Amino acid sequence: MGSITVGYQTYGTLNADRSNTILICHALTGDQYVADPHPITGKPGWWSELVGPGRVFDTDRYFLVCANVLGGCMGTTGPKDVNPATGKPWGLSFPVITVGDMVQVQARLLDVLGIDQLFCVVGGSMGGMQALEWCASFPERVFAAIPIAAAARHSAQNIAFNEVGRQAIAADPDWCDGDYMAQGKSPFRGLAVARMAAHITYLSETNLHEKFGRNLQARERLSYGFEADFQVESYLRHQGSAFVERFDANSYLYITRAMDYFDLAAEWDGVLANAFRGTKTRFCVVSFSSDWLFPTRESRAVVHALNAVAANVSFVEIQSDKGHDAFLLDEPVFHATLTGFLNGAAEHRGLPRKGSSP
Amino acid sequence: MMTLCNGSLRVDLKLIADMVASGARVLDVGCGDGSLLAWLGKHKSVDGRGIELSMAGVAAAVAQGLSVIQGDADTDLKDYPTGAFDYVILSQTLQATYEPRTVLTHMLRIGRRAVVSFPNFGHWRVRTSLMLHGRMPVTDTLSYQWYETPNIHFCTIRDFQLLCRDLGITVEKSIALHSDGRALPCLGEGGMANLFAEQGLFLLSRPDAA
Repeated sequence: MGSITVGYQTYGTLNADRSNTILICHALTGDQYVADPHPITGKPGWWSELVGPGRVFDTDRYFLVCANVLGGCMGTTGPKDVNPATGKPWGLSFPVITVGDMVQVQARLLDVLGIDQLFCVVGGSMGGMQALEWCASFPERVFAAIPIAAAARHSAQNIAFNEVGRQAIAADPDWCDGDYMAQGKSPFRGLAVARMAAHITYLSETNLHEKFGRNLQARERLSYGFEADFQVESYLRHQGSAFVERFDANSYLYITRAMDYFDLAAEWDGVLANAFRGTKTRFCVVSFSSDWLFPTRESRAVVHALNAVAANVSFVEIQSDKGHDAFLLDEPVFHATLTGFLNGAAEHRGLPRKGSSP
Repeated sequence: MMTLCNGSLRVDLKLIADMVASGARVLDVGCGDGSLLAWLGKHKSVDGRGIELSMAGVAAAVAQGLSVIQGDADTDLKDYPTGAFDYVILSQTLQATYEPRTVLTHMLRIGRRAVVSFPNFGHWRVRTSLMLHGRMPVTDTLSYQWYETPNIHFCTIRDFQLLCRDLGITVEKSIALHSDGRALPCLGEGGMANLFAEQGLFLLSRPDAA
């Protein structure tokens, strides 16, 4: 591929012995703007409530790094960028990538930044997959890891949902077999449908019911037509149309494919525990009770594999009715869990307590 | 149910803590909010892990920096490798497991030693409740009515000793406890303990690990 450009953000300050870095791995449609206003939408960063002085990811104490994943569309090399060999956008000539490739690129970024060992790698959903991959690929570079609402492999159901999204994109005539950039078009309808289908999987039935029920959208009675009569329809349409402003359709194809291909055990002779044998990393595995996209049993499978190698592991299933997206929302028990785990790990790593001079 | 020891560690937990050597690798099964693990980490520099069923307990333990997983003795012990720990602790939980015998076997597989405490169903109040009143006993250590108790496998101190014998487990130490968790050394380890101790506390080992 030649050289790769990486878009990344940092928060806080790297300490003198370079031991306080937390690598934050973003999810499928996330990006490196963890705590800054998004450059396109202007909305607050996706974990902005968790980042800052005295917060979960305390910028007085830790140095945070978050990089846009390989194949992304927010600054790191991806299919919408120009292939230097042809002078045209990569499009579908971009190589198919894996979660392992994403992690290799992050590792190279840390090399450039002069960071040998991460204090912690943390991420939700696909970010949690990256965290697990980090622990398997670079065990000596990871002191602690927090895979959240994740799994060691993508399930058949999740592959199925991803395929619906990809087919929605491919069915849009403006996708032009992936060549839409060169042809000056955008498959925004297909991408919006992909986002709508995926967005349902991020919520829970209870959550949807409580939020919208069968409430009507700006009308007194049913239209007996195909307008967005229901609030939930209107909400999904909005989610779809807002998404296409900031995301590239081909990136969506490549990144969902990387998730589908993720199967950590398969890389280790079919035994997940092999991925972690001899690990010294401290793990904190977190799941959410109403998450049906990455259900608790997937996290438990990771915990069982970690137990099989007597790894140092904490595991909490957070009670929440907010579904998979709970990891992005205000969940006080979740946040207290993260803070406690990070404090405990920081003590073992010998990071100075807050307020004490280094 | 239990009294506190100077507002820090429960009296019975302190007795358990005293059985654990400094710097040991410890697995506390049914660790609650992790108070024993926290104490052992602070005062005996143990490398501690915990398993706890209740989400609130796990969240509280992890939030204070302890390594605790949500799980239970019946389903989660089988995953651990043999000899992974120096001590496996099961405090006031054996009687609530589905398969106490399997749990005990796993404890002494994954740990060189095990520490087990449980309410003694041989205590005289239990015996008299059944004999004189014909009722299931409700006492300080067995505080539930029969229809709501999580305790499904009661045993007496004598029963437990016999199970250890059958499994080839060595009893290194056994302590008779009062309902408040205080040791009652005057009762010894035999029939008197089985009649007058409200709880039993045992330090066990595999013959090959002693």
